Amino acid sequence: MSKTAALFRRELALAWGRGGGPLNALAFYAGAAILLPLAGGAEPSRLAAVSTGAAFAALALASLLSLERMFERDYDDGALDLLALGGPPLEVAAAIKALAQWLANGAPLALLSPVIAVSLGAPLALAPLIVLTALLAGLAMTFLGGAGAALALGAKRGGVLVAVIVLPLYAPPIIFGAGAVSALAQGLPWQPPLAFLAAYALGAAALTPFAMAAACRNAIG
Amino acid sequence: MSFVATLTAGLSNPARFMGVSRWLAPAFGVVAAVSILAGLWTGFSAPDDYQQGATVRIMFIHVPAAIMSMTAYACLAGTSFFGLVFRHALADAAAKAAAPLGAAFTALALVTGSLWGRPMWGTWWVWDARLTSELVLLLLYLGYMALYAALDDEQKAARAAAILALVGVVNLPIIHFSVVWWNSLHQGETIFAAGGSKASAVYLLPLGLMFLGYFSLFAALWLVRTRTEVWRRKAAAQALRAAR
Repeated sequence: MSKTAALFRRELALAWGRGGGPLNALAFYAGAAILLPLAGGAEPSRLAAVSTGAAFAALALASLLSLERMFERDYDDGALDLLALGGPPLEVAAAIKALAQWLANGAPLALLSPVIAVSLGAPLALAPLIVLTALLAGLAMTFLGGAGAALALGAKRGGVLVAVIVLPLYAPPIIFGAGAVSALAQGLPWQPPLAFLAAYALGAAALTPFAMAAACRNAIG
Repeated sequence: MSFVATLTAGLSNPARFMGVSRWLAPAFGVVAAVSILAGLWTGFSAPDDYQQGATVRIMFIHVPAAIMSMTAYACLAGTSFFGLVFRHALADAAAKAAAPLGAAFTALALVTGSLWGRPMWGTWWVWDARLTSELVLLLLYLGYMALYAALDDEQKAARAAAILALVGVVNLPIIHFSVVWWNSLHQGETIFAAGGSKASAVYLLPLGLMFLGYFSLFAALWLVRTRTEVWRRKAAAQALRAAR
């Protein structure tokens, strides 16, 4: 147990500290959201109609940013070989990495998302649900993205490749996350899409560590 | 089931596969040519639909392509699983060969659907459930091929792509379900609807012929591409041996 705790602390420190940590992703998120009124016009009524959807689309893009660093650095300096040799199983190590990545990157992005949505014109009453859905969607995206990042290990131009193979898999969390928020905005029941989102996120967290570990073993083997 | 098991066990021997596919591929090709020609002939001589007019004929090209786009992904995932679990080189080659074919069928389904949608729905594209999940399927194929192309080591590329194919096949039903939940405007099940088909018998014959034709076409091209892949690997291995 102490080994996994130590690993978790290490991953969290790496994800939080190195190279600006979540600040890069947050700045990117804000920058991408600014482009929407600049490109689509700033009339409040038009912006408000797409505010939560745009916040979710930008969230998906921002969550892609730091995926490449999840395994790449450990792969380059040999730490991944050590993780595969001993200590907790590689599946557990992969899950810990993804969890740390979610805490250090997904959670700050989720906290920023209601600010983005409200600044684009979403009503303030939606903010709590936006944070909750962004947290859950971020969990799903981090674990799926981790699988993509592990698969792309050793590839040329890994960053773009991760985005290409991961983005189609982001469809369900986006649909259910943005769907729950817009259901609440329209006064419809928002619990079912939220339940679907939670189920998808937990399913991804339970299953993708196996894909991540298999991909890591393949890359270093 | 035991027949399938014997068949896969027999064909997983590369020498036997090359021997069988040598005549099986052209045989499928002939069946494909004949049934696609017959399907087009009966399709174009069928009467116009009372609502869709002559546009209904696009369906003979569109519907089988949409079905084959998913069948090809099932083949891709099946051979990927086989290659991943049993570390079988022939299964890797077959999976690699299936992906561009599936992508082509998906693209054909999207393009013909768009051509049909312009006169019928009055627009080239709507963000409807089936269209969107078909587009996501195309992106999955493209991601698979991009991952394969980005890794230099042939074996590592095969295994990584196989893992991606399996992640994709687990996700495809979920994506489809989520997109259906999101929005639906596409017409519901017609051919395999509960309580018998709702499509007119005049259209079922050409549609069935086109199904047979597309399926045989896929089988023929898949066998040819797998054979090419096997030859290519043999040539690479020989070049390596000669260089030593």
